Amino acid sequence: MTQAPLLSIENLQVHFRTPEGVNRAVDGVSFSIGAGETLAIVGESGCGKSVTSMSILRLLPEPPAAIAGAIRFQGTNLLDLSDKQMRKIRGNDISVIFQEPMTSLNPVLTVGRQIGETLRLHQGLSRSQAEERAVEMLTLVGIPEPRRRVREYPHQLSGGMRQRVMIAIALACSPNLLIADEPTTALDVTIQAQILDLMRDLKRRVGAAIMLITHDLGVVAEVADRVVVMYAGRKVEEAAVADLFRNPRHPYTKGLMGAVPRLGAAAHGEMTRLAEIPGMVPSLKTRIDGCVFAGRCPQVTELCRTQAPALERKGPAHLAACHYALKDALAA
Amino acid sequence: MSETLLEVNDLKKHFTLGGGLFGRSGKVLKAVDGLSFTVDRGETLSLVGESGCGKSTVAKALMRLYRPTAGQVVLGGTRIDEMSDGALRPLRRRIQMVFQDPFSSLNPRMRVRAILAEPIRNFGLARNRADLDTRLAALMERVGLPRDALGRYPHEFSGGQRQRIGIARALAAEPDLIICDEAVSALDVSVKAQIVNLLCDLQKDLNLALLFISHDLAIVEHMTHRVAVMYLGKIVEIGPRRDLFLAPKHPYTQALLSAVPVPEPGAARTRIVLKGDVPSPIAPPSGCRFHTRCPHAFDRCRTEIPALDPVGRGHFAACHLNDIPSENGRSHLSSMALMGVQ
Repeated sequence: MTQAPLLSIENLQVHFRTPEGVNRAVDGVSFSIGAGETLAIVGESGCGKSVTSMSILRLLPEPPAAIAGAIRFQGTNLLDLSDKQMRKIRGNDISVIFQEPMTSLNPVLTVGRQIGETLRLHQGLSRSQAEERAVEMLTLVGIPEPRRRVREYPHQLSGGMRQRVMIAIALACSPNLLIADEPTTALDVTIQAQILDLMRDLKRRVGAAIMLITHDLGVVAEVADRVVVMYAGRKVEEAAVADLFRNPRHPYTKGLMGAVPRLGAAAHGEMTRLAEIPGMVPSLKTRIDGCVFAGRCPQVTELCRTQAPALERKGPAHLAACHYALKDALAA
Repeated sequence: MSETLLEVNDLKKHFTLGGGLFGRSGKVLKAVDGLSFTVDRGETLSLVGESGCGKSTVAKALMRLYRPTAGQVVLGGTRIDEMSDGALRPLRRRIQMVFQDPFSSLNPRMRVRAILAEPIRNFGLARNRADLDTRLAALMERVGLPRDALGRYPHEFSGGQRQRIGIARALAAEPDLIICDEAVSALDVSVKAQIVNLLCDLQKDLNLALLFISHDLAIVEHMTHRVAVMYLGKIVEIGPRRDLFLAPKHPYTQALLSAVPVPEPGAARTRIVLKGDVPSPIAPPSGCRFHTRCPHAFDRCRTEIPALDPVGRGHFAACHLNDIPSENGRSHLSSMALMGVQ
């Protein structure tokens, strides 16, 4: 982590103009991803995690979106690039896997065409070379009979296979950064286990950095190296995965951990109540001056309502935005 | 516990698939194929399994949104599967349903008051207007919504609040059993916990029976009394929460449990990753339906359908491996699972 990070996001703001007012979907978020690292972005719907990933790829139409800040990828600010320059990066240096494999594949093109498209575009392969590469990619992601499958259409594949095809498309040009937006949410648990295994295995072999967007803390614990927790458009905590789960500092992160039931509860006998976070996420359309979590926090004070807490180092490589989060003596 | 509220015997729901130009292809999709279980008063039975295993078809057959192909459904001593729609109507009050998607299961043109008053009126539960108002106010309080919410439309609420409205609508009919079909799956983590707690509280206070259909094993383990695991239209294992989660006796249950990601980084676990996908229910595999993906399958599994046999008190599993005793008196399967053999 001593050399410059692969991707660094500095004070990113994404605001949307809506008839009811300005929606501050992402409000001053900074983080970075090192080469080969897996960073998980965790949060509930509307926290801004998907908008962040869409703005990295510059997929948000402007207007209505207004993006400020900097997104530096290998030294260049992606926000300064033209559409043409951006097209060279998408699918080549940065690629993405979406949640819903059925709607993100083209139903009228064969799987092989869709994998080959990026290869022909970015690497100038011929049609037959591209198909050959597509077969290799399908083998890589563990699809049986790749020679037959390469000529099939998405509707002929099961959900798990479609997600494998999505991964094959994303990895075809050996990107340096792979953005996975809820890659396993739509899948069944046994298929999810297959895909998570595949992602772990491919990461070892391909070496791409992964930005994993999810709301499932179980998935985070299994694949991430580092975690950013977002709430209502702001980053509230960031830490190494083991540190975050052992030692969450922000009351929201603590609440999330308590709200997730863990397998193995039957061993402890009687059923208990889940820890709930009362209330709901605040509207992003009114400016929040204080802490974004103040309305639901059990330890809220007057200070929290009036002054937004800064992200502070609370432990080694552990940031949290809370006035009252415990601070280690060693946190320099 | 106590009195049996719902008894389902050998329930089947087959769909004949249309195909070709003129009518039927003759193919039959056996969505639910011979299901038997009971639900006691005040008890939660969870139905778990992956997409396409037939969990939702069970719910719809019980609600008589589908007419079952065969089998019996007995509610509080009365057989309801053969009843005419008219005769069934008053009994519908006793089974209510909460749906998965809180956005599409509430009529966007009705105010909350109208949504909740409909079942109360339909079943003639309110004596007069004042009684209706007290009932509505009590319902709102019961599910934790402000009383002024009655005058608002569904779109004015968040997902969690809408699910509370859905639950209030189910409660309005004063049912004995509520079927929750993936009722918390679409909700965010923090809201999910609120709704799960609400369901548990309601059950305790009103002695409600719940048929909780879900694919989320961690939530199921948290709140259920008993669990039935389904695979391709059949129950492969059914038993009390503790036995099933701590000592599963079917390889599919074992694989399902081991596949759930645990929110504990670096947790040491042997994961059983199943190969392939769930086979098509139109042409299910011969013998044991799980044999194509089972890590322990042997010859007998391909030809002979295993019966749902007792493996413990109130605990049944359909697997041939449980017939093979090993030295220490444990069945072959559980000793293999304990050794972590894959």
